[in-house]
This record gives sequence, C-alpha cells and structure tokens, in this order.
Amino acid sequence: MAWVATAELVAAVSESGGLGIIGSGQATPQWVREQVHKVKELTGKPFGVNVMLLSPYAEEIINLLAEERVAVVTTGAGNPGKYLNLLHSAGSKVIPVVSSVALAKRLSRSGVDALIAEGMESGGHVGEITTMVLVPQVVDAVGVPVIAAGGICDGRGMAAALMLGAEGVQMGTRFICAAECTVHENVKDAIIKSKDRDSIVTGRPTGHPVRVLKNKLTKKFIEFEETGAPAEEYEKLGVGRMKLAMVDGDTDMGSVMAGQVAAMVQKVEPARDIIKSVIIEAEKTIRLIYSSKVVD
Amino acid sequence: MADIFDRVKDIIVEQLGVEPEDVKPEASFVDDLGADSLDIVELVMALEEAFDLQIPDEDAEKIHKVGEAVQYVLDHQ
Repeated sequence: MAWVATAELVAAVSESGGLGIIGSGQATPQWVREQVHKVKELTGKPFGVNVMLLSPYAEEIINLLAEERVAVVTTGAGNPGKYLNLLHSAGSKVIPVVSSVALAKRLSRSGVDALIAEGMESGGHVGEITTMVLVPQVVDAVGVPVIAAGGICDGRGMAAALMLGAEGVQMGTRFICAAECTVHENVKDAIIKSKDRDSIVTGRPTGHPVRVLKNKLTKKFIEFEETGAPAEEYEKLGVGRMKLAMVDGDTDMGSVMAGQVAAMVQKVEPARDIIKSVIIEAEKTIRLIYSSKVVD
Repeated sequence: MADIFDRVKDIIVEQLGVEPEDVKPEASFVDDLGADSLDIVELVMALEEAFDLQIPDEDAEKIHKVGEAVQYVLDHQ
C-alpha cells in the first residue's frame, strides 16, 4: 500500500508474527531503499516489499531488492516472470497478486512461490471477481500456496478464506488503522466512520478501476463517467490524489484507497493487537464450525 | 497457413467475443479487438493449449496483433 505501508508499520507487523510488506507504488528506488534499511533497523524478522510493475522504476526497484536480499517480493499490475531468476538467486520468495485464474495458472507454471488471489472487495486497483469466487478457482487451478486478499479484516474472514482453500490471508485496510501506520489521522477517522456503502469503485471506463471511499473527489469521477469524459481527464484529475489523502490528510479531494472492510474497522490499535485478535477469532470460528453438527 | 489462420481466428473469436470479420491479420488485440491485459493472458493460454505450445512471457509480450499470433504459431509448430 503506497504511502501507507511504510517502515514503521511493516516492522510492527513483522515483529508481531505477520509479514509486513512495504508498499512501493510509484516511489523512487532511493525511497524504497531507505524504507528497507529502516525496517532492517527496526526488526530482524522477515518482511516484504510490494512492487507495482507499471511503475517506471519497477526494474530498478527489483534490482535493489535482490541486492538487499529482501525475504518476500509481492508484485502487482502485471507479470513478474522476467524477474524470477534474479529474485530467486537472491533468496527472495516471489508472490504475485492476481485477480484472474488464467494469470494465476500462467504464473504458477513459471515458478512463483505462492500467489495472492485478490478479490474486488480490496482497496486500490481492483479486478472484477469477488474473493469468495476467485480464491477457490485459483486454489483449484494452481499448484502453489494461495493467499486470499480482499474483504478480510477479522478472524471470521480469515477462517472463511482458509475454508475456501487459502493458506493465509493478506490484509490492508485494517492495518491503515494500526497505531504504527503513519498515514494522516483524517484517513484513519474516515475509515472508522465509514459504513457499508461508502466504498466504491471509480475509473472503470479507463480500464484501471480503483476502490476508494466516497468523497468530493469520487463525485467528480462519477460525473466523468456520466458525461463520458476521455481517459486523459481521469488521469489529470487523479494525479497526486493518493498522497493528498494519505500524507496531507485531505479526505475530501484526496483518494482514500480502502477496501469494503473499511466499514468493519472500528478503532485504531497496535498492529500486535490486530494480529492477535484476528488469529484468536479465526481459531475460535473454525473450532465452532467443526464442533457443530453441520460437520460430522 | 490458411488452416492455422482459421484456427487462430476461431480461438480469438471465442476468447474475446468479437465478430469473425473483425479478426484480420493487422488487427491489434487491444486497440481494435478491445482486449485488456488479462484477456491477452487467457488468449495466449488458449493458443498454447490448442497448438500444444509453450509461449514464454518474453514472446507473449511481443504478440500485439492477430498476424503476429498466427506467425508465432507457424514458427513454433
């Protein structure tokens, strides 16, 4: 999560038994290297970095991650096939995010270590398939472990994902409201206040739909959709909007990227407490299911 | 050649849901046939299956037009 998953949060998640992942988005290689060094100072535990393959710096960032021997590299917006050898020789695990079965199959065949199947409930750039429907299909199609993402923020969601065949879960939105997350307070407030229908997808006509919380900015994007504005208009209006929200705290005109689960996030708490409560609740949920009469 | 073209064409028509008459050698998958990146992944995999090929990512990235897909199949059969 660009502008959100920075060193402080990543280190806190890894220290608490999760795998923290730095969101590199469109950031410069220099910024990514600084973040990697900072996490290494804060924790000795493994962590990861997400690389957005459409970033102009993608290749440079991959090279520096190999140099830094980062434990896990997750990738978005494309096919990381050509970087696999380099990252594997550096000892990194490569885990692409996929939103379709065909790409999952293809990547699984090319030797990735696992896959993150991300449903359209998630925040930011999204596909069209829900987690409930995508995860079991990807699980059936590939021979590598599948991690479910999108729509998961508590132990019930985690238990459900495991029942769909996932080996683990990736959670983003809930960690925006981790105490260690350095986003502007206004963003945390907006997530905590949001309700079920406040998370919407804009930008579908551009071919790059994005899930965000409704605000004045999304009203403008919806106007674009209604008037059939050209893709350039969306791009022009979209420039710098995520930073405006996440760093500067403008939740009216900034892009507050958050998943549908924003409605379920109720308070700011330390990453350790989030992880602990999710794991305890998941275990409790699974035990309950298995002890009920539904399953013999 | 004609046979391969027709088979590739059938696959494109089915995968992308386009009209057969629009599938011309010079047609671009993205610009003319409305495919997105995930459609292309599916198309490449359908071609692999139909012609018993393995199309590496480096090669797949270079296939932008119908004619290029046909040529690839011809060269690698």
